[in-house]
Amino acid sequence: MPDPYVPKEAIGHGDGGTAALAIGEAESLERRPSAAPPSAGPPGAPVGKPRSLWSDAWHDLRRNPVFVLSALVIVFLVVIAIWPQLIATGNPYRADLAKAQQGSQPGHPFGFDTQGRDVYTRVVYGARASITVGVCATAGAALLGSLLGGLAGFFGGWGDTLLSRLADIFFGIPVILGGLVFLSVVTSTTVWPVVGFIVLLGWPQVSRIARGSVVTAKQNDYVQAARALGAGNGRLLLRHIAPNAVAPVIVVATIALGTYIALEATLSYLGAGLKPPTVSWGIDISTASAYIRSAPHMLLWPAGALSITVLAFIMLGDAVRDALDPKLR
Amino acid sequence: MAPGEPLLEVRDLVKHFPLTQGVLFRKQIGAVKAVDGVSFDLRKGETLGVVGESGCGKSTLARLLVGLERPTSGRIHYRGEDITALSGRALTSVRRNIQMVFQDPYTSLNPRMTVGDIIGEPYEIHPEVAPRTDRRRRVQELLEVVGLNPEFINRYPHQFSGGQRQRIGIARGLALRPEIIVADEPVSALDVSVQAQVVNLLEQLQDEFDLSYVFIAHDLSVVRHISDRIAVMYLGRIAETGTDEQIYDHPTHPYTQALLSAVPVPDPEARAHRDRILLSGDVPSPADPPSGCPFRTRCWKARPLCAEVVPPLDVPPEFRESTGPAHHASACHFAEERHVVPSE
Amino acid sequence: MTNDGHGGEGGGTALLDVRDLTVEFRTRDGVAHAVNGVSYRVAPGETLAVLGESGSGKSVTAQAVMGILDSPPGRVTGGQVLFHGRDLLTLRREERRRIRGAKMAMIFQDALSALNPVLSVGAQLAEMFRVHEGTSRKEARGRAVELMERVGIPAARARVDDYPHQFSGGMRQRIMIAMALALGPDLIIADEPTTALDVTVQAQVMDLLAELQRELTMGLILITHDLGVVADVADTIAVMYAGRIVETAPVHALYRAPAHPYTRGLLESIPRLDHKGRRLHAIKGLPPSLTAIPPGCPFHPRCPLAQDICRTDPPPLYEAGPGRASACHFWKETLDGAR
Repeated sequence: MPDPYVPKEAIGHGDGGTAALAIGEAESLERRPSAAPPSAGPPGAPVGKPRSLWSDAWHDLRRNPVFVLSALVIVFLVVIAIWPQLIATGNPYRADLAKAQQGSQPGHPFGFDTQGRDVYTRVVYGARASITVGVCATAGAALLGSLLGGLAGFFGGWGDTLLSRLADIFFGIPVILGGLVFLSVVTSTTVWPVVGFIVLLGWPQVSRIARGSVVTAKQNDYVQAARALGAGNGRLLLRHIAPNAVAPVIVVATIALGTYIALEATLSYLGAGLKPPTVSWGIDISTASAYIRSAPHMLLWPAGALSITVLAFIMLGDAVRDALDPKLR
Repeated sequence: MAPGEPLLEVRDLVKHFPLTQGVLFRKQIGAVKAVDGVSFDLRKGETLGVVGESGCGKSTLARLLVGLERPTSGRIHYRGEDITALSGRALTSVRRNIQMVFQDPYTSLNPRMTVGDIIGEPYEIHPEVAPRTDRRRRVQELLEVVGLNPEFINRYPHQFSGGQRQRIGIARGLALRPEIIVADEPVSALDVSVQAQVVNLLEQLQDEFDLSYVFIAHDLSVVRHISDRIAVMYLGRIAETGTDEQIYDHPTHPYTQALLSAVPVPDPEARAHRDRILLSGDVPSPADPPSGCPFRTRCWKARPLCAEVVPPLDVPPEFRESTGPAHHASACHFAEERHVVPSE
Repeated sequence: MTNDGHGGEGGGTALLDVRDLTVEFRTRDGVAHAVNGVSYRVAPGETLAVLGESGSGKSVTAQAVMGILDSPPGRVTGGQVLFHGRDLLTLRREERRRIRGAKMAMIFQDALSALNPVLSVGAQLAEMFRVHEGTSRKEARGRAVELMERVGIPAARARVDDYPHQFSGGMRQRIMIAMALALGPDLIIADEPTTALDVTVQAQVMDLLAELQRELTMGLILITHDLGVVADVADTIAVMYAGRIVETAPVHALYRAPAHPYTRGLLESIPRLDHKGRRLHAIKGLPPSLTAIPPGCPFHPRCPLAQDICRTDPPPLYEAGPGRASACHFWKETLDGAR
């Protein structure tokens, strides 16, 4: 459409486009007289550099305090999930019943739990289970969901219809009830049954998002242009559609990571998630909840750690969405 | 322009899009007759302009020509070979010679790829055209050919203006050294002052590379400027076709006459003594076109015959003996000449 | 910065008198100077065409006049908008809202997105009467039908309950016109009213608009990029470039001999319908970024006549004949050199 509405053009969606034209003009074949003053050129240096949409997003993210804060928290959590010994020298399993339910004391800032185990050490070691479940479940759900959703969106047809109905069925499963039923029959004490269950419930959400964004990306002229050049489906999907459809999936996955961690804790609290001897915030919260009046510290520390973790991931997801979605700019 | 042998011969091309109903068990309830029997020739170095209003099927025609859609029936011969019958590798290699330039410079370039990757992609798809080591140089050459700085190779599309993006799209279309370029409204999204630059570029490239163009547009002035021959489309068919002089100065089809008379002319003095034909109503839906002549519902000359017999695209009987410019194909039972474009 | 746009005109009764309007947008790349001291006036029954490319500020000016500027990021930073002699920019929000729609109305390019998709067109038309004039439901509906007939919608009575998407593009644009006319405004601002339409429909809609304007002696501001549309209907033309008016002139005079190199460049760059012509005279380069408008005359980097003075001194609007003005130091040369 000719002349698309001035103000949008004038403020330029926040892209460097309008500013960049000045250079393009100066250097295009229809060269200006060389006496042109420098002020007609680029107003600043950055417009001259090649700037991909990703680097634009990264540029935005770095300046977003919410992102910086949540990313720092997450990096810290990941580090202690891998090397808890860095900040906790004790043993999370060592029990000293004589100190059961005692409060804060030197060397044991968070106090002791019902079995006389150090709460601080257990909170630190608990990060591993939460982060493992969160990351693995998210990775699984995102991979499975975007693969199925992406293919369904690209090829359409009966496969698409079938997948959509299948996703509806999984959406219909009540999360907690399903977890109690499925996981109560599992005897493994590893994190994998929980991860598997969350993936099973989580992929439809990702696949819907992925399908939608692939359908949108597929209609773009550049996909048609590549097709007209003779590009095959593989190239269309990997080179043209996936890079343009992945942003919403990343956003939804980041936010989902937080909720999956909360879900793991909930299931563990109900006794259907992780099982002792795995150290988990959810299990510890569950045990401590019986003593909330007499020894609230046993509950507050793991619960606080859980809340901060979940919040950090959700805020990260929000920040990433703001950076990746140019419409919100 | 020396017209040689036909490079492209299109015969009775038809594309119907089925209209379906139901989710699981689809049943066809009708068809959108986007292209409904189109025939034309395109010669080497020639520009065929295709004009028409929205819904006339000109964009679908473009997509059929470059192989983005498969025709329902009809044939497209490229150098004597029917390319609608080809598939796989054979089709891919024919496609090299027929490239497309898109309308919207904002959506036709992948925002995640650099300009170098975009223009170089044709070489990745057809690696036999250029050895890997040679590609960067070729891309830079192409940038220069379309009037952009070769140093822009690592920039991203959003760093360019609309006109510059269209140049990038043209460079991509040129990469494989095609013989034919199908341009679907290549300048209609651009500002007036930039349009002329791009039109000039297309003309210059045609001379330089001996290209043939199928130039699709709704702007009749631009089409006249760039085309050797023109086909006027209405509801999936060609209503009238001929040289620019025959169509603009001696139109014989009432639709062409109405279309030309409605074009606003940038000359207020012509306002007074212009023959304006105001059509009533809108273009009928291509899902339910009128019987007989598709234009009869808006035509002031329509008679019962028009509803019964589809007028063939041929030189009308009344002009068959004529040697003047009215002697050209026009799909009207009651063709007559009428001057609607004021000449100086 | 003081461009006096109405030097040539007498003190005639202007319906709308825009004086030295300035609008800025705050963007990530700095402040975009969308409108830089624009002045124009419209008399009752007059058609003023504002001609410009995208980014010239033609639509932003109109939005500032209507009071529908998106702010933030947009902001009116100076000037006056006198409507019937009252400065709209000093009015309270509520007073402005009452004027908008009733006394001045706007027609947009994209009728489909300007109409509410979940309300029937009859309901949307009737709502105008009910809200602004407190008309009864039944009477409002009757007037909606009348209005639809007035703008040439066939079988208006039968179609009054149809939804916008059930109409064709041309019919939807007619409905937009009907909505704009509903309360008998004195001024209509039409922003690219026919750009999205097909040529044959374009002519119908433009004719309708011109006819209604004549009949109701309204002022009409026609914002467009199309030199052809302008030539057909306008009385006066204001050509905008980089947020400024670079030339104003009666329509005949402007087409016969433009007094600004940009206008001349535009006229020469469009292909003609009546003969094939040779290579087009394109204006070199691109319009400037609004965050970095060149000093002096904003057109100088693209201008074939540019001299040193153009790079340093912004040209004022010189009086270039009866009723016309040009913001070019070399307007005389341009005028003489044309045709």
